[in-house]
Formats: sequence, C-alpha cells, structure tokens
Amino acid sequence: MSWVNFSALWKILVFGMLAGAGLPALFAFGLRALALPGSRVQTAGADTDSDHVYGGNVLGLIIGAICFLIILAALGWGIYEIYQIGHPPAKH
Amino acid sequence: MSPIIAALVAAVGTWSLYRISRGLTQGARRHGFRTGQVGSACMVSLAHGTNDAQKTMGVITLALIANGTLAPGSNAPFWVILSCALAISIGTYLGGWRVIRTLGKGLVEIESPQGMAAESSSAAIILLSASFGYSLSTTHVATGSIIGTGLGKRGADVRWNVAGRMAAAWVFTLPAAAVVGALAYWLAHSIKGSPGVILLLIVLVAFAGVIYWRSRAAKVDHNNVNDEWTGGVAPSEPEPASAA
Repeated sequence: MSWVNFSALWKILVFGMLAGAGLPALFAFGLRALALPGSRVQTAGADTDSDHVYGGNVLGLIIGAICFLIILAALGWGIYEIYQIGHPPAKH
Repeated sequence: MSPIIAALVAAVGTWSLYRISRGLTQGARRHGFRTGQVGSACMVSLAHGTNDAQKTMGVITLALIANGTLAPGSNAPFWVILSCALAISIGTYLGGWRVIRTLGKGLVEIESPQGMAAESSSAAIILLSASFGYSLSTTHVATGSIIGTGLGKRGADVRWNVAGRMAAAWVFTLPAAAVVGALAYWLAHSIKGSPGVILLLIVLVAFAGVIYWRSRAAKVDHNNVNDEWTGGVAPSEPEPASAA
C-alpha cells in the first residue's frame, strides 16, 4: 500500500493527454479546416474580426466534419464507459 | 498530484490550440472555441456529477446504514439523490459567479480557447480518476487546469498570489470542516432526539443565510463578472450610482 499508485498515475496522464489535450487539438484542427479559404475569401481581408468560421471550402467542410464526428464519437464512447462503471452488465 | 497532471494536460492543450488555430481570425477563433466550450463544459458537469455529487451521497448513505436505517449494501435512496442534486445546483447557482470570477479573471485572464483547454483537461482527468475509483476535488483539478492554460499561452500571466490564497484556503478548510462537523454533532447530541436536530438545522440555515447576505453586499453576477481584476473578488465599483 503506497500513497501514490504510479501505474494508475501514468495511465491517467497518458489518457488524460489524449482526451484532455488531443480532442481539443482535433477540434482546433477541425476549425482550421472549416475556415480554409474558399468562396467567402473575398471578405476575409476586410473584416478580421468576423465571426464567420466557415471559409466556404467544401473539402475543408468535409475534413472539419470528420474531426467533429471523431470528437463526438470519442465523447459518446467515454460516457458509455462511465455508464458501464455505474451499471455493470448483469452477471449470468 | 491531480492538479499538477491537470495543469500539464491543460498547458499542452492550450499551446496546441493556439498553435493550430493561429490562422483563424480573432472573431472566428472566439466564436469557434466558444461553441466548443459548450461541449467541454458539459463534460465538466458530467465529471462533477460522477465525482463530487457521489461523495455527498455516499456520506449520507453511509450514515443511514451505520444508523441501521438502511440495510447494508443497499443503494442510496431517491430522496438522498434528489436533495444532494438540489443542494449542489442551488449552491452553484448562488455562489457560482464569485468562483467564475476568481478562476476565469483573477487567477488567469482566460480567453475561449484557454477555457476550452482547461475544461477538456479537467473533464478528462476527473472522469479518468473516477474510472480508477479515485475521488478527487473538481476544484483542485479545475484550478490546476486553469493555471496550466496560463502557463501554456505565451503572454498570459498566472497570478500566483491568487493561487497561493486558494491553496491556503484548501489547507484551512479541511480542519475547519472537521471542527464544524464536531460542533454540529455536539449540538445535536447534547439536546437529545429530534429537537436537537431541528435546532442544528435552524443554526446551519441561519449561518448560511448570513454568509449569503454578506456576499450580497458586494455582488458578483453576470453584469460584472468580467470586470477588471483589482485584487479582490468583488470588482471595485467605478460609479456608485449603478449600485441602485
């Protein structure tokens, strides 16, 4: 019995990095893809404080959507895992 | 340990968020990450529920079992779950703005990408720890994360004196809670039966009322939560007329 459980600690660090820093980074990447210049590029230079994220690039839209779907799937999976802890499957 | 890990994750998250999103316009960045924050804040709430709410419910259920009211091995009764949920939500609603101000303005002046990084880091660390069966404090983790976002963004400052004051409060609250618990037990026990419990309830409600009334004297709400940080939780009032 020790105060710090190191095997759990490094797991929390690694998975924490993946979920806690990796997913937001993926989100940022998705935003970046979404904002790729496209049909709306003509307004970009004039209005640097524009709220419009979508740049009008179809490929960017697809890449962004894939990023966001991966994040949603990861969240859904994570929530399901947590649900499993509280509600273990009935033993037969 | 948990605040340090949370700070590390949040620092890496913040750094990469700013790095990746530097091609975006200011407005797009703010708008985009604000949308993302809705999701990350939801995860923090979930994490808060899996961790802090369980502790309260666990203590009450344990007391009921120890008292013989509940059979060993039984689940928390519905009224325990409901009253804990209500108490935590009401407490968050009443005291939330002051905490938001201290963390989001006093400790580090955060922007929406930092907010998202801090929330993601907190949620991930708390949920992972919960899945390993560790109980930890949402506050400690969230504070660690916010310090991390201050360290991860170039040009952002961490007000270490605010952090130090918070750490001092954490050290102080543990024995303080023990003393209050002992006093409450002594009061309820010295007057036997229901009258003692009812008296205790009245005293506790009165104390809570005084604390709430004191907090209203220098009100922090959605109107002034982001005002300039001048050293204290309550923003210094530039025009007294607006107090009316």
